[in-house]
Amino acid sequence: MSSMRPGAPGGPPPRGPMGGGPGMSMMPSTEKAKNFKASMRRFAHRLRPERGVAVAVFVLGSVSVFLTVLGPKILGNATNVIFDGIVSLRIPAGMTQDQAVAALRAQGEDEQADMVAAMTLTPGQGVDFEALARWLALAAVLYLIASLLSWAQNYLMAGVTQRTMYRLREEVDAKLGRLPLSYFDSTPRGDLLSRVTNDIDNISTTLQQTLTQLVTALLTVIGVLAMMIWISPILALISVLTVPLSFVVTMLIARKSKPHFVGQWKWTGSLNSHVEEMFSGHELVRVYGHRDAAIVDFDSSNEKMYESSFRAQFISGMIQPALTFVSNLNYVAIAVFGGMRVASGAMSLGDVQAFIQYSRQFTMPITQIAGVANLLQSGAASAERVFELLDASEEEPDDSDAARIVDPAGRISLENIRFRYHEDTPLIDDLSLDVEPGQTIAIVGPTGAGKTTLVNLLMRFYEIQAGRILIDGINTHDATREDVRRCFGMVLQDTWLFEGTIHDNIAYGAESATQEEVEAAARASYADHFIRTLPEGYESKLSEQGENISAGERQLLTIARAFLADPAVLILDEATSSVDTRTEVLIQRAMSNLREGRTSFVIAHRLSTIRNADVILVMNRGSIVEQGNHEALMEAGGFYRDLYESQFTESPDEVATGFTPE
Amino acid sequence: MIPLLRTYLRPYRGVLVVISLLLLVQAFTNLYLPNLNADIINNGVVTGDIAYIVRVGGVMLLISAILGVASIVTVYYSARTAMRVGRDMRRDLFTRVESLSLGQVNALGVPSLITRNTNDVQQLQMLVMVGLTMMVLAPVTAVGAIIMAIRENAQLALLLIVVIPLMLAVISIMVFKAIPMFRAMQTKIDRVNLVLRENLTGIRVIRAFNQTDREEVRFEGSNADLTDTALRVTRLFALILPALMLIMNLSSVAVIWFGGHLVADGSMPIGNLTAFLAYIMQILMSVMMAVMTLMMVPRASASADRINEVLATHPDIVDQVDDPAGVTTPGLVEFRDVDFRYPGAQEAILQDITITFEPGTTNAILGGTGSGKTTLVNLIPRLLDTTQGDVLVGGHDVRLQPQEHLWKRFGIVPQKAFLFSGTIASNMRFGRPDATNAQIWHALEVAQAADFVRELPETLEAPVDQGGANFSGGQRQRLAIARAIVRDPEVYIFDDSFSALDYATDARLRRALSDEISGATIIIVAQRVSSVVTADHIVVMDYGRVVGQGTHEELLESCETYREIVASQLEVAAS
Repeated sequence: MSSMRPGAPGGPPPRGPMGGGPGMSMMPSTEKAKNFKASMRRFAHRLRPERGVAVAVFVLGSVSVFLTVLGPKILGNATNVIFDGIVSLRIPAGMTQDQAVAALRAQGEDEQADMVAAMTLTPGQGVDFEALARWLALAAVLYLIASLLSWAQNYLMAGVTQRTMYRLREEVDAKLGRLPLSYFDSTPRGDLLSRVTNDIDNISTTLQQTLTQLVTALLTVIGVLAMMIWISPILALISVLTVPLSFVVTMLIARKSKPHFVGQWKWTGSLNSHVEEMFSGHELVRVYGHRDAAIVDFDSSNEKMYESSFRAQFISGMIQPALTFVSNLNYVAIAVFGGMRVASGAMSLGDVQAFIQYSRQFTMPITQIAGVANLLQSGAASAERVFELLDASEEEPDDSDAARIVDPAGRISLENIRFRYHEDTPLIDDLSLDVEPGQTIAIVGPTGAGKTTLVNLLMRFYEIQAGRILIDGINTHDATREDVRRCFGMVLQDTWLFEGTIHDNIAYGAESATQEEVEAAARASYADHFIRTLPEGYESKLSEQGENISAGERQLLTIARAFLADPAVLILDEATSSVDTRTEVLIQRAMSNLREGRTSFVIAHRLSTIRNADVILVMNRGSIVEQGNHEALMEAGGFYRDLYESQFTESPDEVATGFTPE
Repeated sequence: MIPLLRTYLRPYRGVLVVISLLLLVQAFTNLYLPNLNADIINNGVVTGDIAYIVRVGGVMLLISAILGVASIVTVYYSARTAMRVGRDMRRDLFTRVESLSLGQVNALGVPSLITRNTNDVQQLQMLVMVGLTMMVLAPVTAVGAIIMAIRENAQLALLLIVVIPLMLAVISIMVFKAIPMFRAMQTKIDRVNLVLRENLTGIRVIRAFNQTDREEVRFEGSNADLTDTALRVTRLFALILPALMLIMNLSSVAVIWFGGHLVADGSMPIGNLTAFLAYIMQILMSVMMAVMTLMMVPRASASADRINEVLATHPDIVDQVDDPAGVTTPGLVEFRDVDFRYPGAQEAILQDITITFEPGTTNAILGGTGSGKTTLVNLIPRLLDTTQGDVLVGGHDVRLQPQEHLWKRFGIVPQKAFLFSGTIASNMRFGRPDATNAQIWHALEVAQAADFVRELPETLEAPVDQGGANFSGGQRQRLAIARAIVRDPEVYIFDDSFSALDYATDARLRRALSDEISGATIIIVAQRVSSVVTADHIVVMDYGRVVGQGTHEELLESCETYREIVASQLEVAAS
């Protein structure tokens, strides 16, 4: 918004290209005003790498504003040339200026005499077009340079903004890499996504619009004020009086609109989550006859959202007409006083005209700053949300002199492990376990027993609170997480594939694998066959979450991935619901192939796995209640035996069907 | 976009007339002010008539006050109208989506529908808000100012013939170039979203495979791509304002030059020159305001298309005339020669289905993935309509029963146990708002959920997070089952709803179900033979056809596919 000339009286103030100004700045004014300053300071800190460019932007902006501010003064001079010209024509040729003044006084036209006396005239000459051309050419050149500079300023500023946003997104992404898993387990995914995209987007818009606007607006106010003082200190004083007036008006209105903005975004949020839920559970809403209730709920949020957004828009929309009135007040005052001073010869007509233009230039940036202040509130709210994410406590970094786990055999020892998700909810207290290379550990327990907790601890997704976990005698806490995780291969029920080819998905974590190795892994996991039936074979693209292949096929791919990674220790989840029986057979075979010669932790659902396991960990309500092999546990007659009897005597898989394969 | 806005603005025609009148008042006062300004200079300043200046100044202030009041009233009405248009659009969108069939909702996509309901409506709402003031005020002011400028001096007004097209040309070029960039930018934001979502969903795998660095590189790629496009758009916009400002400023230079000649000729008083300058500024500012509004149009228009798409989607399943002879045998479910083909699909997913589920019996549908089981059960409550053949519930064609009445007969537990945010009680009352606590507890007992609910500190009033995220998979399934039981329906449909339960819980639940809800018809969709052996009636599906029906024993005798399934599952169990 640099080099903006004044609008005509009552003309609306200009807006930024992406929407600024009171009408479009419908972002929430943050409720946490106390953090506003801190967020702003932190944000300013982010701009530090752009210091050089920022200085350039500032300098270009200043020069551009300076030149633009000079413009009306020069145009005023041009008008003076014309005015002088026509006045000079009224003086008969041959008469000097002094004579003309004297003649006017003689006629009693004292005021006109004063005016003429203040002019530089060559009687009878008429308008000096050469001088006029000089002034106008000068103005044109100044305007041209001002526009070029302002373009350069905006251009550089675009770079500053976008690069800063790029870095901020990178920083957030890197931060996500350092956050502990507990953070992801406890934060809604949609909210995190929103911070990286929506909030950073909002900051970007705010930055792009406010920074240049604020800089030019402030510089314009200062520059214009200087020019006004130069032209006429008395008139300048009148204009300066409008500053506090405008300020008070803006503050009064902004204070009233703020709660409504907050309300608007609060209700938008609540409406959004209602919509999200009802659409996600669409068939339930319909079949359970909940539709009318859903619409009633929607209407009530919708109505509240309407009420607050209408009020926010209306109240903040009053800033502009109010400031326009203040500006007109100023205008009339200047016309009156200016007129008197021209009449008294204390000021030239051109100066008054220039002054009137300046006074417009003076009030407009003030209106602009009022709008920017509003927009900044919303940017600060978003910045706060992003900083909150950046401030979340991170995983303890790996030691620089960490122990290395090289070519592990797969011996795992748990020594007096203690772990709780919440300090006051007991979970694992004093668990010890020794696993020899190649052994199979079956983890069993009823639904919701917390079997995944153990996986979390082995992989160091969560840190244990006491005790030690050793891999081949090395304390995992002293090793790097990378080394620890490299020891493990994981095949979970919740298969994760990324958007890319089948080849890349299998070779995940083993980029250097050859096509032969990838195919061998696929064959070992019975995935080769279905891959070859796909039109593009190994180069077939998977969509996000691999939705274009079946659940069972996805599971086969994750097994192939584990094969290729060739870990010493496996973590397997046997649950294979929603898979047809033929695929299930393949998955079971692939899993047992994979287990061959490796230490395996199996979240077990198959009786055969459990019976053949070297150790069975029996979990209930998040803790390990028993451990031992099948025979020992049956003999002990504890929880395992109850569980076993309730499950497997009723399990028709082997017992109740009364059917034995031929 | 225009028809959409016309539809939604129609109820506010009266207000629009008021706004237009107010805008005319604003436009005229805007135009009149430079006139007074010229008078002050011509008749006051030049002649030194202070009294005149004060008098005309007073008139100016009065007019400014009128202008201010008119603007505030305009803002009031335009904010109200724009926000009401948004509210009405949101309500219509929501209500429409609620009346669409599941297939239609999935075709449009839930995340997209959510965005359309809030974000897209917001775009249009803002366009209306700004448009209501700018779109009328700018052209009226511009035309008025052109007329006034011509009145001041027709010759000088010829300048406008050069300036206005020049501005329009600059604007059109920019807008033309910006539109594809904006579209590209949206796609790239989607891309950043996609990579990030993948990273969040796969966080365990990424860490397990030590791929954090690789994912960061991938993110960096899409981030850089987005930054690049955003940079090009903002740099393009960096040119617009300086260019327009330059045109405006040079126009005033030209006005003084040519005007100076006219003044020197005596064909124009010098005060008119000042007024002319003011008018020309007003014209050019109006053009600029219109431009700023126009900049919103490409985005708003894309949003309007997305909203229109939803509003143009009519429910493909609608109530037909009810035949009052209606339901004769509650709980009876029949398929008669049913074929079903998804729209656009080459092959029918269901063919020649004829099944009868007798009232009060427990029935199972068994088959591999893709055998059409879920489609089959979705036909029963008419979530889908058959392509051929009839589905009868209670002995009456489902198409002849009002959907609201039909649905009352069912308790459905879908594959994905979905809970709504609120409390356990609010979820239990989801399909039956008047259920008593005793009824809820009974349902929880049957669904094997009473124990863990009782252990929660707030029991029935325990909070449920969105989607039921604060409960385990097995707990969610049991709550979803209890929710169906609370309705006390004639027909239960369990679509693979026991998958997250361990064998013991599963067995207890089945026993409780058959004890407690013996009057109702139960239809269970299953993958596992173990889930179906005790059923009164088992339907075996393969590739969209019924390949066998009967009890476990009968099927072992008669059905080859069933034997294969049983054998393969035993093999799995034994392996």
